[in-house]
Amino acid sequence: MRFASFHIPRRYLLLMVLFTGLAACRKGAGITPGDDTNVGADSLRNGFYLLNEGNMGMNLATLDYYNSGTGIYSSNIYGTINPGATKELGDVGNDMQIYGGKLYAVIAMSDKVEVMDVHTAKRLGQINVPSCRYITFYKGKAYVSSYATVAGGTPGVSGYVAEVDTATLQVIRTVNVGRQPEEMAITGDKMYVANSGGYSQGHFERTVSVINMNTFTETKRIDVALNLHHVKADKYGDVYVTSRGDYYEVHSKLYVIDTQKDIVKDSLPTAVSDIWISGDSAYIYGVEWSYVTNKNTVSYGIVDIKNERLLGDMFITDGTDKQITTPSGVAVDPTTKEIYVTDAKDNLLPGTLYCFSPAGKKKWSVTAGNIPGHFAFVRH
Amino acid sequence: MDNRHYIRYVSFFILCIAANYGLHAQDKVAYPATSPKDTAAARMLQGVTIFSNRTNPLSPVQTLSGIALEKMNSLSVADALRFFSGVQLKDYGGLGGLKTLNVRSMGTNHTAVFYDGIQLGNAQNGTVDLGRFSLDNIEQIDLYNAQKGTLLQPARGFASASAIYLQSRKPVFHGNEKTHGKVSFKTGSFGLVNPAVRMEQRLSDRLSAVVSSEWLHGNGRYKFRYTNGTYDTTAVRQNAAIDAARVEAGLFGQGKDSSTWQAKAYYYNSTRGLPGAIVSNKFLNGQHQWDRNFFVQSSYNKPFGKRYTLLLNAKFTYDYVRYLDTAIVTVDGPLMNRYQQKEYYISAANQYKITSFWDVALSADFQVNNMTAVNLDRFAIPTRYSTLVAAATQLHLGPVALQGNLLTTIINETTKAYTAGRDFNAITPTILASWQPFQGEDLKIRAFYKNIFRMPTFNDMYYSTVGNPALKPEYTKQYNIGTGYTRNSDGFLQYFSLQADAYYSHVKDKIVASPGRNFQWMMQNIGSVDIYGIDASIQLSPVLLNAVKTDFSVKYTYQKALDVSNPAEVNYKDQIAYIPVHSGSFIAHASWHKWDVNYSFIYVGERYFLNTNIPLYYMEPWYTSDVSVSTSFLFSHKLVKLTGELNNVFNQYYDVVINYPMPGRYYRLTASINF
Repeated sequence: MRFASFHIPRRYLLLMVLFTGLAACRKGAGITPGDDTNVGADSLRNGFYLLNEGNMGMNLATLDYYNSGTGIYSSNIYGTINPGATKELGDVGNDMQIYGGKLYAVIAMSDKVEVMDVHTAKRLGQINVPSCRYITFYKGKAYVSSYATVAGGTPGVSGYVAEVDTATLQVIRTVNVGRQPEEMAITGDKMYVANSGGYSQGHFERTVSVINMNTFTETKRIDVALNLHHVKADKYGDVYVTSRGDYYEVHSKLYVIDTQKDIVKDSLPTAVSDIWISGDSAYIYGVEWSYVTNKNTVSYGIVDIKNERLLGDMFITDGTDKQITTPSGVAVDPTTKEIYVTDAKDNLLPGTLYCFSPAGKKKWSVTAGNIPGHFAFVRH
Repeated sequence: MDNRHYIRYVSFFILCIAANYGLHAQDKVAYPATSPKDTAAARMLQGVTIFSNRTNPLSPVQTLSGIALEKMNSLSVADALRFFSGVQLKDYGGLGGLKTLNVRSMGTNHTAVFYDGIQLGNAQNGTVDLGRFSLDNIEQIDLYNAQKGTLLQPARGFASASAIYLQSRKPVFHGNEKTHGKVSFKTGSFGLVNPAVRMEQRLSDRLSAVVSSEWLHGNGRYKFRYTNGTYDTTAVRQNAAIDAARVEAGLFGQGKDSSTWQAKAYYYNSTRGLPGAIVSNKFLNGQHQWDRNFFVQSSYNKPFGKRYTLLLNAKFTYDYVRYLDTAIVTVDGPLMNRYQQKEYYISAANQYKITSFWDVALSADFQVNNMTAVNLDRFAIPTRYSTLVAAATQLHLGPVALQGNLLTTIINETTKAYTAGRDFNAITPTILASWQPFQGEDLKIRAFYKNIFRMPTFNDMYYSTVGNPALKPEYTKQYNIGTGYTRNSDGFLQYFSLQADAYYSHVKDKIVASPGRNFQWMMQNIGSVDIYGIDASIQLSPVLLNAVKTDFSVKYTYQKALDVSNPAEVNYKDQIAYIPVHSGSFIAHASWHKWDVNYSFIYVGERYFLNTNIPLYYMEPWYTSDVSVSTSFLFSHKLVKLTGELNNVFNQYYDVVINYPMPGRYYRLTASINF
C-alpha cells in the first residue's frame, strides 16, 4: 500500500510531526547528578559532609562531600548513591552528626532522621520522629528532639526528646520537655535541652530543660531567656545557650550555664545564629533580623570559653565577609583549624562554602546546595 | 531552619492560597441558557463552528466565548485560560487547588480580574483563584494585554498590566417566553458530584432576573506518581476534599431613557483540605481552610444625547477565611487563623464625543480596603484608601486609531497598630495605537506602551513577622508591537485569524519574599526582570467535508524572562522560576449533526522552580491531551445534552508547581437539560 493512499493531507502530517517532536522533549525520569569541583587535596585536613537545608516544601535537602585525599568537593551526592530512596533526602535538613560509623541527618519536614554509612553515604534506614529538630548521642543511644506535641499518646503542648536504639533505629522511649525544643547537649549524666516555644510568637519559652540521663526524666527547668536555640557543652563543665530574642525589642544573646549549680552564670551581648566550639574558642556568627528596622544585622566573633569573654568581632580577616550575604553555617577543622563558613545568600540561590585559613584568610570557595548549614567531619 | 519559619511559612503560604474570591469549579455546560425552545433548539442540533467573527481591537486580546467556551474540556475559568498564548497557569492541582494566571511573566499580581465590569479585588494577597470560577455561569472570557481598549470604563480598568474580563450569562428571551432555565449534573473522577440550577425570569419588558447556583463536592483523590527511574512510587492524593456552594442572583434592567443597569449579589461558601507538598517520607498534610465570600455590585450606564455617556459602578465585598493546621499546636491549641476583609468601591466614568473622530473620557474611583486577623501576633490591622483618576482620549484618523491615558493613583494607608505604609501617589501613562493599512481588509498593525505598578499587598506589608511596611510598589513597563488579521468567507476557509505580538517588558522593584533560615523571611523590593516575548496564534475554520464543521487553533508563546536583579550573582540573566521558554496549545474541533468531538493539547516546556538554571532546580516539560464527545437531542421538546470527557489521555504525571502533583488520566460526565 502506498503511503499516499491514506490521503492524509500534508497539513495534518505537519501537525503529527510537530507533536512527535514535542513529545521527544521530555527526557524521562532520571537522577539529578551533582557536580565535582577540585578544591585541592590536603593530607592533614579532614574530609566532611555538608548538609544543605533546602527551602521548605521544595524537598531540596542535599548532601555534599569533601574528600581531602582527592581534593574533590562533590555536591548533591545522595541521589546518585541512593537511587532507590523515594523523593531523595527530603525536606529541610536541620542537623547532621556522625556516631558509631553512621551518619545521621535530621530532615525536619520529612519527619525522619536519615541514617547512612559514614564512609559511603549509603542509606541504612531511617528513624521516624515527627517534626524532628536536632540529634545527639549518649552511651550508644541517639536522642532526637521534636516539635511534635504527641509522644507515646500523651497529648499536650510540650515537645519531647526521643531515645533511639542505634542498632534497630526504633524509638525506645520519650521524655517531655518544653515547647518546640531545639538543640541538646550532654555533660556528665545530664542533658540540656533548649526550649524555644517558636509556635507561639507571643509566648516564647525561656527555659532549658535538664534531663537526668540515668532515669531519663526531666529534673529541672533553668530560666534563661526568650526563644532558645543552640546548646553546646564545653570541656570546663559549662553549657553555652543561644537565645534568638523576639526579633523586636529583645535581642539575640549568648548565655553560659554552670552545670554544677545549674544556674545561668554569665551572658555575652552578642547575636548568635550558630556556634562551633574548637579547642578553647567558640566561633560564632549572628544574622539578627529586626522587625523594628526591617533589616538584618550580620556579625562574627570568637568567644574564649575558658574565660567566657568575647575575643574580637572577626575571624574572617581578609574582607571576604563583605561577599557573604547571609552566613548560614560555621565549622572548624579539628586538625588544621581551618574555618568553614557557608553563605545562604537570599535562600533561593545556590549557597557558597568558603574555606579560611586559621588566620582568617580565604583559601577557596565552592558552590554548595540550597541553604548550606550543617557540617560533620570524617576523622582520619 | 529557624523555628519561626514553620509557623510563618505554612500560614503565609496558605494566605497566598486563601482569601480569594470564588465561584467554585464546575464544568462547561450545555448550550447557552439563551437558547430558545424547539425550533431554535432543533437548529442547534446541527453542526457549528466555534469561532466567532470579531474585529481586531486596539490592544491585544484573546477571547473565549459562547460555543468555543463550552466545547473545551474545562472545569473552571482557569482551565480555559490555559489555552491562551502569553500566559502560564500556576496550578496546585486537583479540585480545590489554587490556580492563578501569570501573564507575560510579570507575575500574578499584575493581572486584574473583572467580573461583569467590576474588579475582583483582594488587598490581602493581590491574587484571584481562577479555579473557583465555574464556567457554568460564564458567557465570555477576555484577556487583554495592557488594558481593554475602550474609553468608558472605571479607572481601575486602566490600572493593571493586563486584565481578564469575565462576563456572566445574561438572560435573553425570545417571543413570549417568560421563564426558562437549565439543570445540569456532573460527575467523574475525584468523587465529583456537581449539580447546578439556573433560572431566568422575565419580570417585565424592561426587567429580567436570573438566579444561578451550584454545589460542588469531591473527595479530591487521585493517583500520582514520582520516579527517578529506580524508585517508582505511586500514591493517592489525600486531604484534598472540597465542598463548595455558590449562589448568584442578578437583575437586568433597561430604562425608557435608553439607560441600562444591573445589580448582582454573590455568595460562595467552601471548606477544603489543603493537601500540601509531597516530600520524602511525608505524603499527608493536615491543613484545612474555610472560605466565605460575599459581594453585591451594581452598574448603571446612561447616554445623554449623542455625545455624552455616564457609567456608574458600586460594590461592597466581604471575605472571610479560616485556616487550621493541626500539626502546629500553640499554647492556645492547634493553629487557627481567621482573616476578614471588607472592600467598599464606587466609580464614575464619563465619555464625551467632541467630534466624530475625537473622544475624551474621565473616570474616578474611590476604594476602601480593610483587613483584620485573629490569632496573628502583631498584625497591624490596616486600612487602605485608594483614589484613582484616569483621563483618556481617543482619535480615529482614517486608518489610524490612537488612544492614550494618564492615570493618577493616590494611596493613603492607616493601621490601628504598629507601622503603616507610606502614603503614595503616582501618575502613569499608557499609549495604544493601531493602523489599518488596507480598507476593507481587517488587518491591523498595533503597538502599545504602558507603565503601571502594583501596590504591595497587605500580606507583603503587614503579615506579622513577614511583612515589611517600607515596601514600594512594583513597577512594570511594557512595549508591544503586533498584528492581527481576520477574514471571514464562504469559501474553503470560513474563518481565518492570525494574531502575533512581540514585546519587551521590564519589572523593577520586584517584591521578593525569601523564606528560609536566618534570613528572616523578609519582603524586599530587590528583584528586576527583563522579559522578551512573542505570542502568536492562528485560528481557522476550514470546510474539509460539507457535512462536518471543523475548527483548529494553534497558539505559541516564547518567553525569555531573565533575572537581572544582580549582575554579580551566579543567576544573572537566568530564566526566572516557572517560566518555560516555549509553550503552546492546539485545539481541533469537529461538529457533525448532533455530535461534537473536541481534542485539546497543551505543551509547557522545561522550566526551573527557582531563579537559577541548574539541574537541581530543573523541571521537565509536560504536555497533556484531552478529548471530549458530546451529543444533543430533544426530549419532550427540551434540549438535552450529554458530554463525556477524558482528560490527560496519555496519563502523564507532572507537576506544575514543584511537589504539587497533577492528576493523571481522569474523566468527567455531564448531563444537562434546558427548559
